[in-house]
Amino acid sequence: MHPYFDLFLTFARVGVCTFGGGYAMLPLLQREIVERHGWATEDELMDYYAIGQCTPGVIAVNTATFIGSKQAGIAGAVAATAGIIFPSIVIIITIAACIQQFAHLAIVQHAFAGIRIAVCALVLQSVWKMAKKGVTDLPTALILLITFAAVAFFGASPVGMVLFAAAGGILIGLFRRPRT
Amino acid sequence: MIYLQLFWEFFKTGLFAVGGGLATLPFLKEVSLRYPWFTPNDLLDMIAVSESTPGPIGVNTATYAGYHAAGIPGALVATTSLVLPSVVIILLVARALTRFRSSPLVQHAFYGLRPASAGLIFGAMFEVFAVSLLHTERWTGLSNLSAVFNLPAILFFLLLTLGIRKLPRLHPIWFILAGAVCGILFQF
Repeated sequence: MHPYFDLFLTFARVGVCTFGGGYAMLPLLQREIVERHGWATEDELMDYYAIGQCTPGVIAVNTATFIGSKQAGIAGAVAATAGIIFPSIVIIITIAACIQQFAHLAIVQHAFAGIRIAVCALVLQSVWKMAKKGVTDLPTALILLITFAAVAFFGASPVGMVLFAAAGGILIGLFRRPRT
Repeated sequence: MIYLQLFWEFFKTGLFAVGGGLATLPFLKEVSLRYPWFTPNDLLDMIAVSESTPGPIGVNTATYAGYHAAGIPGALVATTSLVLPSVVIILLVARALTRFRSSPLVQHAFYGLRPASAGLIFGAMFEVFAVSLLHTERWTGLSNLSAVFNLPAILFFLLLTLGIRKLPRLHPIWFILAGAVCGILFQF
């Protein structure tokens, strides 16, 4: 099979089988990338994944682009990325179109009122987990409070807040270093 | 020119959303306030669909938001623009990336970015949560504070939170389904 097509299909398969992204994707990548294709070793995959986490954008996409580019250059990166987003595009468009058709029905509206409460609980739980991982001392607690308040009450732009947090982290890090 | 606006907004999201999964939410919230494409409340429905269908959550929400804004072409433009910065950045620095990750500068930046992604998501969704759990439209002052609480909704929210904490291995789709069923039965 042509390598580009192979990359596209492999990552499309990973996309279809991943529910929820993030860590749910790792075992699938292990099976497809390490065991089936031998495109990377187990350690390399963990490295790619860690790099995907510390570059901007969706982690799953970053990982796919990285593996694609290692395998077959620019075209490989594009093929792998196209593969991982292809199932999402088809499935979400289909569902969004269906929901639009039935959105006016009372039963659908009641269902979504309940679903929204469930989403509140799920998102808050994710935020709680992220906060527990991210807040390790007083400065990180302050960064969380400032970014929250700026966006919730003062309509600050998230772009500005991301830059602020990165700059703040770097400054605090550099300031601390000599002491340790 | 709606496609150009979509391109710009989602390119920005792809470039600045750090932290995976729900990190695109603060950006989508901003888009919902600036353009008439979808409302902040629609975001909750988008998350529900994105969490219960295959594919990365960030990609799913972008596709959904783009479809809301401008149909199938909108979905394609939004999703492509979201992934474009990743592809460019990774291609440009692929060789240096392993060194990049362990550089102290990146480590320090992430020391600040990790708590910020939690703060940003919670800050962006704060108002939307309030609308789902409270009758904010009934607010006229402190005297009728109790009329503002949507008690059945808050009770259901607390029950779900308890369930999510007790059963962390259970997939989110089951809680979303429970939400749909209870929504139909109890009409919050």
